[in-house]
Amino acid sequence: MAKITYKHPNGTETIVDVAAPNTVMRGAKTNNIDGIEAQCGGSAQCGTCHVYVDEANTLPLPEMHESEDEVLYGTACPRRDNSRLSCQLPVSEEIDGLVVHLPEAQS
Amino acid sequence: MAGAREGTARSTAGRTAGEHGAPDVVVVGAGQGGVETVAALRARGFPGRITLVAEETALPYQRPPLSKGYLLGTVDRAGLELRPDDFFSALDIDLVRGDRAAGIDRDRGAVELDSGRELPYGRLVLATGSRPRRLPVAGADLEGVRTLRSLAGADELRGRLTDGRELDVVVVGAGFLGLELAATARTLGHRVTVVEASARVMSRVVTEAVSEHVAAEHRGQGVRVLTRREVVALHGGTGPEDPGHVRVVELDGGERLAADLVVVGIGALPNVELATAAGLLVGDGVIVDPRLRTSDPDVYAVGDCARFPSPWTGRHVRLESVQNASDQARRVAADILGETGPYTALPWFWSEQYGLRLQMAGLTAGHDEAVVAGDPDAGRFSVFCFRAGRLTGVESVNRPADHGISRRLLASGTDLTPRDVARPGFDLRAHAQQRSAPPAQQAPAAQHAERPVHA
Repeated sequence: MAKITYKHPNGTETIVDVAAPNTVMRGAKTNNIDGIEAQCGGSAQCGTCHVYVDEANTLPLPEMHESEDEVLYGTACPRRDNSRLSCQLPVSEEIDGLVVHLPEAQS
Repeated sequence: MAGAREGTARSTAGRTAGEHGAPDVVVVGAGQGGVETVAALRARGFPGRITLVAEETALPYQRPPLSKGYLLGTVDRAGLELRPDDFFSALDIDLVRGDRAAGIDRDRGAVELDSGRELPYGRLVLATGSRPRRLPVAGADLEGVRTLRSLAGADELRGRLTDGRELDVVVVGAGFLGLELAATARTLGHRVTVVEASARVMSRVVTEAVSEHVAAEHRGQGVRVLTRREVVALHGGTGPEDPGHVRVVELDGGERLAADLVVVGIGALPNVELATAAGLLVGDGVIVDPRLRTSDPDVYAVGDCARFPSPWTGRHVRLESVQNASDQARRVAADILGETGPYTALPWFWSEQYGLRLQMAGLTAGHDEAVVAGDPDAGRFSVFCFRAGRLTGVESVNRPADHGISRRLLASGTDLTPRDVARPGFDLRAHAQQRSAPPAQQAPAAQHAERPVHA
């Protein structure tokens, strides 16, 4: 179980408890958080679950796989150093308290 | 999202207006389009009553993994679910499972279900999907001849493909679904033959370069790929043990292929019967306007069943894809909330076969020039399709960055020319970076309007 904070572009935020085995993407879909589409269902194909990890983050996140890296070049909102695909971020107690920022658009 | 609130208060003139002044919404069909419609309505604050009618008893699920990860065992049942089981009740969505819409009474604004239950609606969304086309030859109803659409069908297929016996599998039709099934069956160790009537695999949807690459991949994996060949009949076994079970696929020219399992993937037909019976305009799909409204403005259609005017082709098309179903669903949810506008999302598709990742952006049918960029020999390339000098679509093989960037370029309009792409060393990433204005920076950490929500 991990508490994940999704910050919306309009300044509001949604905080939910997400259980393992899930991803940050799945946590958003489960809680009907607008702003994560994940059209490909989490197979790192579509780039519509793009998030910006909070710049102050110190929690351990998995290394970026090559395919995620490639997909991030094509997201609807510009890629930044803290860009990730939320479908590639598995939830565990290690990331309890993670804060991610949702982009203005996913597609 | 401005305008959403006032939209819900819109008068529904004579129609059922439930609590909150919002129309009752009924969505028929709980695939990608149906589920995304109800989810988007609630995500955007729709306060009215929502009913989602699911013909199957299973919790609504994703179909793309059915031909791939689910058969291979890398995606389990829970991983297929579009949403978890408490999702619908938590959002006050009445999910009716194992019942079917039997008719629409448009005068009264009500959907009648098989069970006899009646669902009044102010707005109705048809998300009835499509069903596999059946092979029109003798023997097509033998046991061991399958199509794939539903979870139940996938479970049966998985049972056959994973019971430890090595089978002769014949896949009829080399579209996305047929080739994905061929790749899956081959990966599971079966002997696989693909029979395709046209001159090349996926001929309706991809260029020759991609066709050839994918066919070569299948052949390299040990799949026999036959093109320009038609199935003329299926034959049962001659032994007493299985007279009703398929054993032979007969091709034109007389060749007979051994078959323990025949999987048919020759396209799909839109489920339009409900719309037809209700007197709505139908013709290879439920005909809708740019706002995805049928000939009755209180009734929308989305996804596989909808035939809509596409700004990308200038004519009506029907698309079977997750992207199309999802984006149409979101558009209709917004429309119901009063945020009206045409559906203009750029179509895109994907397929996975073996490790090969195939992605298509835009619609390439009717292109008059195709330029390959990248390294086809290394299995990483894209094909840029132009019509009258304008980019209309891009197919990518193991080049996800090209795909994503192409989607953005196509959606926003681009002056990329065939000459640009043909230039030695062309790199789409570099091209896009040159052309884009400096990225608009958000200030992510600056705002702290606390509004914790626990759904």
